[in-house]
Amino acid sequence: MKSLKLIGLAFGASLALSTAAFAQDTTIAVAGPMTGGESAFGRQMKNGAEQAVTDLNAAGGLLGKKLALDVEDDACDPKQARSVAEKIGSAKIPFVAGHYCSSSSIPASEAYADGNVLQITPASTNPLFTERNLWNVARVCGRDDQQGTVAGDYIAKAFKGKNIAILNDKTTYGKGLADETKKALNKAGVTEKMYESYNKGDKDFNAIVSRLKRDNIDLVYVGGYHQEAGLILRQMRDQGLQTVLMAGDAMADKEFASITGPAGAGTLFTFGPDPRNKPTAKTIVEAFKAKNIDPEGYTLYTYAAVQVWSQAAKKVGTTDPMKVMAAIKAGSWDTVIGTLEFDAKGDIKQLDYVVYKWDDKGNYAEINPKGS
Amino acid sequence: MDYFAQQVINGVVLGSIYGLIAIGYTMVYGIVGMINFAHGDIFMIGGFIALISFLILVSLGLTFVPVILLIVLLVSMAITALYGWTVERIAYRPLRHSFRLAPMLSAIGMSFVLSNYSQVAQGARVKPVPPIITGGYTLLDSNGFVVRLSNVQIVVVITTIVLLAIFTWLVSRTRLGRDMRACEQDQTMAALLGVDVDRTISMTFVIGAALAAVAGMMYLLYYGLVDFYMGFVAGIKAFTAAVLGGIGSLPGAMLGGLLIGLIETLWSAYFSVEYKDVAAFSILIIVLIFLPTGLLGRPEVEKV
Repeated sequence: MKSLKLIGLAFGASLALSTAAFAQDTTIAVAGPMTGGESAFGRQMKNGAEQAVTDLNAAGGLLGKKLALDVEDDACDPKQARSVAEKIGSAKIPFVAGHYCSSSSIPASEAYADGNVLQITPASTNPLFTERNLWNVARVCGRDDQQGTVAGDYIAKAFKGKNIAILNDKTTYGKGLADETKKALNKAGVTEKMYESYNKGDKDFNAIVSRLKRDNIDLVYVGGYHQEAGLILRQMRDQGLQTVLMAGDAMADKEFASITGPAGAGTLFTFGPDPRNKPTAKTIVEAFKAKNIDPEGYTLYTYAAVQVWSQAAKKVGTTDPMKVMAAIKAGSWDTVIGTLEFDAKGDIKQLDYVVYKWDDKGNYAEINPKGS
Repeated sequence: MDYFAQQVINGVVLGSIYGLIAIGYTMVYGIVGMINFAHGDIFMIGGFIALISFLILVSLGLTFVPVILLIVLLVSMAITALYGWTVERIAYRPLRHSFRLAPMLSAIGMSFVLSNYSQVAQGARVKPVPPIITGGYTLLDSNGFVVRLSNVQIVVVITTIVLLAIFTWLVSRTRLGRDMRACEQDQTMAALLGVDVDRTISMTFVIGAALAAVAGMMYLLYYGLVDFYMGFVAGIKAFTAAVLGGIGSLPGAMLGGLLIGLIETLWSAYFSVEYKDVAAFSILIIVLIFLPTGLLGRPEVEKV
């Protein structure tokens, strides 16, 4: 009986709280692929943003108001991303953390610019995102020209004299990353033996796998997303091919291992230094673990995107996107993934990519964590 | 040569899956004269049911793979057939005597209903399973190129052949098959001669859905994942296969499926992977220019 009363009390209190919050809160948005093949990453972003908003509200909100979070789904589809962006713009939401796919972030950013929305992407790495001189964009992740260079240099060193193939999925992200890696490889004096593209969403890669087998490929670099990369890997092993697969930051979710099974062991990918290991992230990682969420991949990046925005908004005393963006680019921000500073384009100044490797238990870790 | 053999294996397996789905399109078209656009999603439902029943069996502690596969096959065929029957009953039968486009629009609607339903019920994420059938055989080994035939591929092709044989027998030798062929020719006349037309059409959907469930299960075994939107692309490809083979013809659907699978694979093998769909559809267009009813289709006889 007592517990029932308590529940009733808690329910009443939360109701009162939520209505109070509803009356005058500031809404911010997180937009990403909540459905579809990339939904694992959409969920990472949603988890990160939700935790950030909860923590900010627990610390008293922002500028005297509570924050509310609007979650939008672009399904990694450029058209849907654009309409999400227009919806967010017309709802007068001042800030969006999003999107995941570069092919969504780029078209959406123009609608955000028109709708007076500040956009910080936690995950879109295509250089073009910040190269168009839009006033409203920034990112807390690295760029594919950095990522491709790290991947290319690693391959040139660790797979010297071996046969290399490069595949891409023809998306803005995948093709962009594959091309940057190819550029870095060629600069290091390595010419790939095969360069091919496939369609994102394909399930049958047996024909490509047989080609890799014919050309005795030792390492295949995949510019694409985790689902297709996982299937390529699985079909390689089915055909008895032991080629190593390497890919980009889109592999940073455990779902990759659940697609490949134990065959995923030895797969390489590039990603920023694991934010979960940073001392700045310790308490927040524990908060996630208490909720049974592993804050992997872009979860903490999304958290950091919200942090950067809220700190800048606090500093200028308004949520006006133009003023906040000017502050973001001028200042230095203490976030869960470390101290961030932005250049005039909106790129962060200090992120380096490192190479990760999957093990046979479905976990990934940095190779040479101390750097080599 | 070895390389060619490997690619043919790849193409035949892919084509078998297309063919199994294509049969559902072709049977329904043959009898009701409509294109069941929801069929791709019935295939997706079949994949999900196979996944769920597989997980239930594993959690019950069953470990002997052939028994698991057989139970999963039967369960997913039965439940998916129920879906096929229900879709026909609520979305197509009430519209059967309406204008010609009505059932087709209803089918497109059903397709959305099914895919959104499984998105809501099963979540938006990709559902992977660990490899269930592992291992395989090395057929040829020369000059370092190894031709592999994996056990999954054998299972897919053999299941397809066996089921195709059963259903061909069903259509050509049984009472139900005779009723189906009668309805295909003339529904009114068949009804006058004592054929239960409604029941026969229902059974057609049931059989088509059961085969789609088999395809869904093969897909799950072969690629190791299902998701709620996989029905669309697979459905389009299978529909193309049905048209290529001659829509309305059972062996035509299988032939069309195999051809689409082989064209896609061989094109990816010797030319560019990017244009494999272009290649498949170009061949479809060329075939339809010279054989408007498809490879094995019979010219439409004007019903008087």
